[in-house]
Amino acid sequence: MADHRDSKGRPLVAVTGMGLVTSLGQGKAENWARLTAGESGIHTITRFPTHGLRTTIAGTVDFLFDGGFSAPELSEKLAMLAADEAVGQSGLGPEGQFPGGLFMAVPPVELEWPQKQELAAGAPDGDITYDTLLKKAADGTARPMHGLFVFAGVANRVADRFGTEGSPISLSTACSSGATAIQMGVEAIRRGEMQAALCIGTDGSVHAEALIRFSLLSALSTQNGVPEAAAKPFSKNRDGFIMGEGSGALVLEDYDHALARGATILGIVAGCGERGDGFHRTRSSPDGKPAILAMQDAIDDAGLTPDDIDYVNAHGTSTPENDKMEAMSCSAVFGARMASLPISSNKSMVGHTLTAAGAVEAVFSLLTIAEGRIPPTINYQQPDPAIALDVVPNVARDAKVRHVISNSFGFGGQNTCLVFSARPVQ
Amino acid sequence: MTRTVVVTGIGLLSSLGEGADAHVAAIRAGTAPRVDSTSFAPYPVHPLGPVELDRQIPKKSDQRQMEPWQRIGVYAAGLALDSAGLKDDAEAKSRLQVIVAAGGGERDHAVDGQILTGLRGANDPGSFLNERLVNDLRPTLFLAQLSNLLAGNISIVHGITGASRTFMGEEQAGVDAIRIAQARIASGQADTILVGGSYNAERRDMLLLFELGGYCQKGDFVPVFERGPGGGIIPGSFGAFLVLEAAETAAARGTRAIARIGAVAAGRSHRAAGQLTVDLVNLAGKAGLDGREAIVVSAATGIGELTHAEAEALARTVPKARRIAAGDFIGHGVEAAFPASVALAAALIGAGETDATVATGVAHWRGEGIVRLGKA
Repeated sequence: MADHRDSKGRPLVAVTGMGLVTSLGQGKAENWARLTAGESGIHTITRFPTHGLRTTIAGTVDFLFDGGFSAPELSEKLAMLAADEAVGQSGLGPEGQFPGGLFMAVPPVELEWPQKQELAAGAPDGDITYDTLLKKAADGTARPMHGLFVFAGVANRVADRFGTEGSPISLSTACSSGATAIQMGVEAIRRGEMQAALCIGTDGSVHAEALIRFSLLSALSTQNGVPEAAAKPFSKNRDGFIMGEGSGALVLEDYDHALARGATILGIVAGCGERGDGFHRTRSSPDGKPAILAMQDAIDDAGLTPDDIDYVNAHGTSTPENDKMEAMSCSAVFGARMASLPISSNKSMVGHTLTAAGAVEAVFSLLTIAEGRIPPTINYQQPDPAIALDVVPNVARDAKVRHVISNSFGFGGQNTCLVFSARPVQ
Repeated sequence: MTRTVVVTGIGLLSSLGEGADAHVAAIRAGTAPRVDSTSFAPYPVHPLGPVELDRQIPKKSDQRQMEPWQRIGVYAAGLALDSAGLKDDAEAKSRLQVIVAAGGGERDHAVDGQILTGLRGANDPGSFLNERLVNDLRPTLFLAQLSNLLAGNISIVHGITGASRTFMGEEQAGVDAIRIAQARIASGQADTILVGGSYNAERRDMLLLFELGGYCQKGDFVPVFERGPGGGIIPGSFGAFLVLEAAETAAARGTRAIARIGAVAAGRSHRAAGQLTVDLVNLAGKAGLDGREAIVVSAATGIGELTHAEAEALARTVPKARRIAAGDFIGHGVEAAFPASVALAAALIGAGETDATVATGVAHWRGEGIVRLGKA
């Protein structure tokens, strides 16, 4: 067997399967067609009453359940569908026996209002307290709620379904979680611990309280009038992000292992970079230093230089602060070249899929390389003069793209950047 | 590349006080646990002992922006950094990686109760819920609830600018946090990692989650391995952090290694009848146990059948070892449980109690882990 190594002497990490679900649809084909057509999946929320809320739009995934469901149920369903597509494409292992580990970015979940109301139902008149709920819990009739709302639940059910090996990891690095799941898979393969990894980011957690929590932090756009026009990354009139739902799944595989079994190699995860930020709980360092270092680390880890990068898949949330910080950080990393280096935000169309974003955007980044077509930043009507970027405005663009950097930045000082490359010429 | 990994820092804060020495002393003396059987009756808990937060979290503004689980964790992380001699080393802290095993933050119990009470009579429940949430939720509460904000607060308070990762998934998050930290250092992917978790036991929302599954101990304190069928968890408030480091890195900066830590063996038993014992015996083999280890520090939950299965597995693999249930001293701390057992197992070696110890973790629902520690 050939022994291919990266510039640092480590196993090369190939991508041999990808899966995707977003508000644009189910599967890579539909998502890519609509994304490159500049269509938006953002719409008025119908899942729950929005009376009295400042934001009433989101990129929810509404086509998977007929009745009601909780965040872990939707997050699990999204992950299963994305993983089905990815594992199916990879052709790796017999059905239900995935020969590698599972790394999952999952949203933190907790008992939701319908469950709490269910536990409170039947209680005698008077004030309801947690003791009321505890009394009901103690009778054992609501036992399934435990398995549904433990943090380990979603990943364990995915592990059961796909038969992944070892202890599955559920993780959160806020809005960079999906990227961290991929990074952990890359590291495990580089360590030689496993030859394949199933890496998933999933988020189906748009419910009233989640929306209100972000709203109270003034993080969300309130431009509800034309939902599909509300997410406008890098525009002057951007006013916050739009919550989105979805899942992205990748099968990572030791490159030589993939070659030996004749697998189709969709691309390479060439480099990872991550930096913490001790500046503030929700705000990024105004000097962009951690974001700059994370990008530089990822490019260096890939054995590349900034000049090698052909496209930036932006974090691009459409919040005033992120987009400004990200543009400045990119300028610091790429210098004068930034004026002509294409950078676009998938979030202009699918919203911010939060825990899933890094994985969803990884799949879009790899499709960008494979298809030679850069998805646009839509709703770019009023350029922000303070941000001079080539945001691939409004219309997709054909281009030869060999190396992409995908950025993910999150609350709590989480900055994770991944570099994806076309498969080596064989 | 496989490098030796050592423990160079331990941070423990619990019902029994703070620091590795206090906990080793309690184990040596067989100190009775502190148990509060009335505040959350019928559920006993091990409440956090008195603590002067200012010593590790000097700014009141930082303290105010955190909830108890975060304050406990940030405090314990600070103790670990002090113990490793890293607290004032800005250069080291710029490279220090952080892995946290975290749950979620505490609900506002009063607000939840009022909303549930109001919902019962509401004509338009959806609008009522929206209105109450918009008006009653504190914006900052969200930040105190996000799982990754324990790591975020550790970074802010202790000035760590290396990257952090947060694992979720109850007890197994703690097992995997130590496992990944050890593996990354051993393979050369990182040199120094601050790893651990924290848990606030004094909250009804978490009691509710465990009681839904029937996992809570009721009534009085009973030692972990004596709870028998029907036994359950007695939660304890504590934080447990370790600094793991490549032996060569520790030696280069002249730091004392407290203990050497092997690779963590972790699994996910399906726990059919008799299977858990078999799977734990296999894990013990993978963790490199040779039967000569003198002490096992178990993070057992106290749940009858699981604890029984673990006792069987230990009797087969390390029959001569003294078995210490961490829960008999500090209670069960879910995500922090395994890190605390590892910290105690390392501290006992550091205190000269023995040359080789084992830490075990069997989660209340899914996941198991075993690690061997030795003299550095």
